Amino acid sequence: MSGINYLFPEYEVKRDYDRCIACRVCERQCANEVHHFDDKRGKMVSDDTKCVCCQRCVSLCPTRALKIVKTDNTFKTNANWRENMITNIYRQADTGGVLLASMGTPKEYPVYFDKMLINASQVTNPSIDPLREPMETRVFLGSKETKIIRDSDGRIVPHLNQHIELSTPIMFSAMSYGSISYNAHRALAMAAEELGTFYNTGEGGLHEDFYKYGKNTIVQVASGRFGVKPEYLEAGAALEIKMGQGAKPGIGGHLPGAKIVGDVSRTRMIPEGSDAISPAPHHDIYSIEDLRQLIFALKEATDYKKPVIVKVAAVHNIAAIASGIARSGADIISIDGFRGGTGAAPAAIRDNVGIPMELALASVDKRLRDEGIRNNVSLVVGGSIRSSADIVKAIALGADAVYIATSALIALGCHLCRTCHLGRCNWGIATQRPDLVKRLNPNIGKERLVNLINAWTNEIKEIMGGMGINSIEALKGNRAMLRGIGLNEKELEILGIKHAGE
Amino acid sequence: MVIDASGLSYKELNERIKESSDTEFDIENLKGQRYIATGSKGKKIVIHGTPGNDVGAFLDGSEVEILSSAQDATGDTMNDGKIVIHGSAGDAAGYAMRGGKIYIRGRAGYRAGIHMKAYKEKRPLLIIGESAGSFLGEYQAGGTIIVLGLSSDGKPPVGFFCGTGMHGGKIYLRCNELPPDLPEQVIAEDMSEEDEKELREHLKDYAATFNLDIEKILKEHFFVLKPNSQNPYKRLYTHI
Ligand code: SF4
Ligand code: SF4
Ligand code: SF4
Repeated sequence: MSGINYLFPEYEVKRDYDRCIACRVCERQCANEVHHFDDKRGKMVSDDTKCVCCQRCVSLCPTRALKIVKTDNTFKTNANWRENMITNIYRQADTGGVLLASMGTPKEYPVYFDKMLINASQVTNPSIDPLREPMETRVFLGSKETKIIRDSDGRIVPHLNQHIELSTPIMFSAMSYGSISYNAHRALAMAAEELGTFYNTGEGGLHEDFYKYGKNTIVQVASGRFGVKPEYLEAGAALEIKMGQGAKPGIGGHLPGAKIVGDVSRTRMIPEGSDAISPAPHHDIYSIEDLRQLIFALKEATDYKKPVIVKVAAVHNIAAIASGIARSGADIISIDGFRGGTGAAPAAIRDNVGIPMELALASVDKRLRDEGIRNNVSLVVGGSIRSSADIVKAIALGADAVYIATSALIALGCHLCRTCHLGRCNWGIATQRPDLVKRLNPNIGKERLVNLINAWTNEIKEIMGGMGINSIEALKGNRAMLRGIGLNEKELEILGIKHAGE
Repeated sequence: MVIDASGLSYKELNERIKESSDTEFDIENLKGQRYIATGSKGKKIVIHGTPGNDVGAFLDGSEVEILSSAQDATGDTMNDGKIVIHGSAGDAAGYAMRGGKIYIRGRAGYRAGIHMKAYKEKRPLLIIGESAGSFLGEYQAGGTIIVLGLSSDGKPPVGFFCGTGMHGGKIYLRCNELPPDLPEQVIAEDMSEEDEKELREHLKDYAATFNLDIEKILKEHFFVLKPNSQNPYKRLYTHI
């Protein structure tokens, strides 16, 4: 039986030969080598089997001769044995391999943001026009001091815990240099600086060229401790301990040696060609007490000048876990929902492990309030924030700010082809190939990111204005502003909201 | 400068060391305060008493001498400098260290030298006089770990799972037989001449520090553990 290819290409390249001028742009643009000019036939041909539907050739074809369509080749229909279940078995029977995938899960799980509606003022409590009246989108992340200290004359002594200030409640979340390109990192860093917010190094260290963006940088410390040295900790405005990632809870990272080249090797501080392995656990953290130890070691190393973020994946007992973290000395907890993206993860994990960020956030916020420790920490959530409305809903559920990654990459041109792990990103994002990296112009990328965040911030102001709310602080945890639509009693209870019409 | 640590928190202690223009310190009466000399550079610190966890974490060039034993996570992610422990060390000594030296005269607990890395001139070195607990050198990616087994009578001076996930660097074990459960990622060979030359270099300072006879140490048999390039740490993937 061997030799038979059971896999039929999922996408077909359709070329309109009336339009094609055989300029061969598509051939040069496709790193997956789908297109080539057939000398014998005197025309462009394509190999559908290699196409990952990244839309690069479609966007670049000067005559709009190309489109990619889902094949209409049909397996015998079966509601249980769906086609992708069957083809995955073929793949694994062929290779014995673990199914590797990237970006967030494409499976149809409920998106609770799409089942919540936002309130607006009518008649009483009038709405606010953000064009005329000030709207505060600035937020401060860190532990909030609840005690007032006075000196002997009764004057208030100002004292603030370490915090970071964001002009808008949106930050770029961790993506390592190595998993994404130099130009993508540069665009994120420049955009964070211009916007007055933060980007996150991920666990791959900080490229020497980017130290200058330090005051808008969150530096990450993960189990593998790549690139972690005193100057690195010094460089960032905040430190993030990565305990987990929404797309692959309980799973570490493994950047294959082939991707550890040139600057990536220098930034991670490991030799070229050696594997970069970050196992799932920090082998020095087995308890909240151990976590506390690392938090304070980091604080000691940076003179208590920087807030420490602990990032965890949203998993079943997230409320209890967050309660522990809120007592561990962390200043900020970042919760990453299971729809979050990744540069590479076993599909079985990505598609089946973890819980949605909306439910995790609602139960964590409630738990911390019930225990009277909500002010110990700020909450940042991520894991597929797709729009300004998602952000408003997340804040109303209790978040102080959100982390975005996939939407930032989409702003940079990502078409969600979900093959980042192949390292051949045609959009110059998830690749280290110099010819591909240079396709992403960091200045244009920065502009696009700035545009996106400004647009979202304006939308947030409009939505808040409509509710008669003039600051993020007043929206935070304001669940009365949300109603569920089509949710059952239990879901409403966990989200802490009423049903529409109530 | 002599600092009496009685009643001082680790924060106060570290501040005093950082803020002082002195470069040499004797810390007396230390009773388990953590994070001593975290991120410290350019100082020489002698600890009398017992340091708590994370002594010398992120150490950046200072020398720390501990006259008794250390607790957990000594030299966590240390970058440069030297830590000398006259007694033993607890768990996770030298976690992810990427430079500098840790000399332990006695034993080390679990997970010593795990995630150790090397890059260019940064070549971390961890030497343990007696024996090490389980998971020695787990996920080691670079640098050198030496376990001398000075009281092990030729038996393997390590616990279980030595070198699991190892993908770089070297482990020297002074013993006549190998640990029975070496993982697949590791190949063990008798020490070569080249290795021995390197070992001798590494041991000079260590032996001098603890007043040991280097020839006597080198007389016994050593194994060298390295990552098995035929069987790298990887799983076979297929893509969707
Ligand atoms: S880019 Fe368009 S016009 Fe040019 S060869 Fe390809 S299909 Fe034809
Ligand atoms: S992989 Fe991308 S660039 Fe290549 S043919 Fe498919 S859509 Fe076009
Ligand atoms: S980053 Fe690139 S490879 Fe990854 S999904 Fe987006 S377009 Fe595809």
